[in-house]
Amino acid sequence: MTMWVDFIIVAVLLLDLMMLSSSRIRNCIQIAAVQGTLVGLMPLFVESHPGALSPVVASFFSIFLKGVVFPWLLFRALREANIRKEVEPIGGYPLSLLMGVVMFAMGFWLSKRLLYPDPFVPALGAPVSFATFFTGVFLIISRMKAITQVIGYLILENGIYLFGAVFLGGQSLLVELAILLDIFAAVFVMGITIFHINREFDHIDTQKLSELKDIITSK
Amino acid sequence: MPAKIAQFILVLTLSPFLFGVLNRTKAFFAGRKGSPLLQLYYDIFKLLRKGAVYSTTTTWVFIAGPVVSLSAVITASFLIPWAGHPAVIQFDGDIILFIYLLGLARFFTVLAALDTGSSFEGMGASREMQFALFAEPALFLSLASLARVTGQMSFSGIFSTGVINFWPVYGPVFFLVFGAVFIVFLAENSRIPVDDPNTHLELTMIHEVMVLDHGGVDFAYILYGAAVKFWLLGTLLAGMFLGASSRGWMMDSAVFILQMSVLAVIVGVVESTLARLRLLKVPHFLIIALALSAVAFILTMRS
Repeated sequence: MTMWVDFIIVAVLLLDLMMLSSSRIRNCIQIAAVQGTLVGLMPLFVESHPGALSPVVASFFSIFLKGVVFPWLLFRALREANIRKEVEPIGGYPLSLLMGVVMFAMGFWLSKRLLYPDPFVPALGAPVSFATFFTGVFLIISRMKAITQVIGYLILENGIYLFGAVFLGGQSLLVELAILLDIFAAVFVMGITIFHINREFDHIDTQKLSELKDIITSK
Repeated sequence: MPAKIAQFILVLTLSPFLFGVLNRTKAFFAGRKGSPLLQLYYDIFKLLRKGAVYSTTTTWVFIAGPVVSLSAVITASFLIPWAGHPAVIQFDGDIILFIYLLGLARFFTVLAALDTGSSFEGMGASREMQFALFAEPALFLSLASLARVTGQMSFSGIFSTGVINFWPVYGPVFFLVFGAVFIVFLAENSRIPVDDPNTHLELTMIHEVMVLDHGGVDFAYILYGAAVKFWLLGTLLAGMFLGASSRGWMMDSAVFILQMSVLAVIVGVVESTLARLRLLKVPHFLIIALALSAVAFILTMRS
């Protein structure tokens, strides 16, 4: 059982690195979907606390949302807004990849300094969930397009979910589902926003959103 | 001791054979019959009978290049264990000596290339050094991870503990290390995703362009050195699947030679199915190896 948990956790970490080095938005959405599915499987493998939500239900909901609905919404936004396929990072892909390793080392350092309520947790759970969390934040900072920022947000949520699933057993899953609903709404709204930004400005580059200011003052 | 001498001689005699297996695999995928399995031996012996022509712009460095490279690689082969049996020489930290011996071999190849004063060879030299910049730390971190997992500091120690027994516990680490070492293996031996050994367009050649001006005996040394290097780095990959040695030296050796041939077939399949990477993408590919090995090393630090 712990071996499977270990493999899922390492796969999540590798998907982080893949995400940082992949240049196509289409690939990024797929990676986020696979990672969401893997993370969604975690409640099935971790011992849940009595009185918590059934792990099967929680796992089903998160996999359904992150593995099916979000990718569908994002692919739809990609198609409707006619976005160019490249990711356009600040700083290039090799640097992003090395940052990924640095973020994992940071997560490792951070997880060594925490006190855990339960000594029998998978040793890799904390560092990888921190690394996933940092990767999400890094994607939001370093990728120019609105849609890649949404993907960064999803990765960030995967990190939080992994942390919750590994450390709090079933207790956190109710909270998780609430967060999932929030994110569902967020992705939905972002999809609409991306479409509208695209229709107004012919691009979805968030760097250029400051031009909005000029339009308002010129009126 | 006789076994140790035998295994040293086996490494030196069998390594060109792997290239035969590799070329046969590639020929099979291309639908050709392919060159004989012993083609590299024929080539080397043919070249050894020939004389060499030296350009007047070259100095002693050009002549020293192949000699130093080959002797560094052969020295390195003293350190590499055979099928889980200890190497001829072993001491704590011979991992580092091994990597620097390969570094010395590369350094002299590059010096000899620069000594010719040819602009194409200069380009090849610059690329070789740039890619080594990423490949070397990746190899270092991979071997350091193996050393940490097995608790041994020498090659013989690491590979005689029966590395395969560590897989169930350290599966993710070995998985990552294998990936990283495989990428380094392809890059160091100038195989396809990084460099194409068959290409003859100077603009995109890396390793082959550096040795264009060498001929005769010198070129035989270079070909032979490349074959031995292929064997040595391949040993690191095959060694990760070795059990603890128990079946006697002969049986272990047979299994090991089979493993190395399978490795050559795998490289042949990779070469036949993948396209070569764009030159600008190669550092990115090697950084993936670096990232994998760094992650593996961090994973060994848990507990």
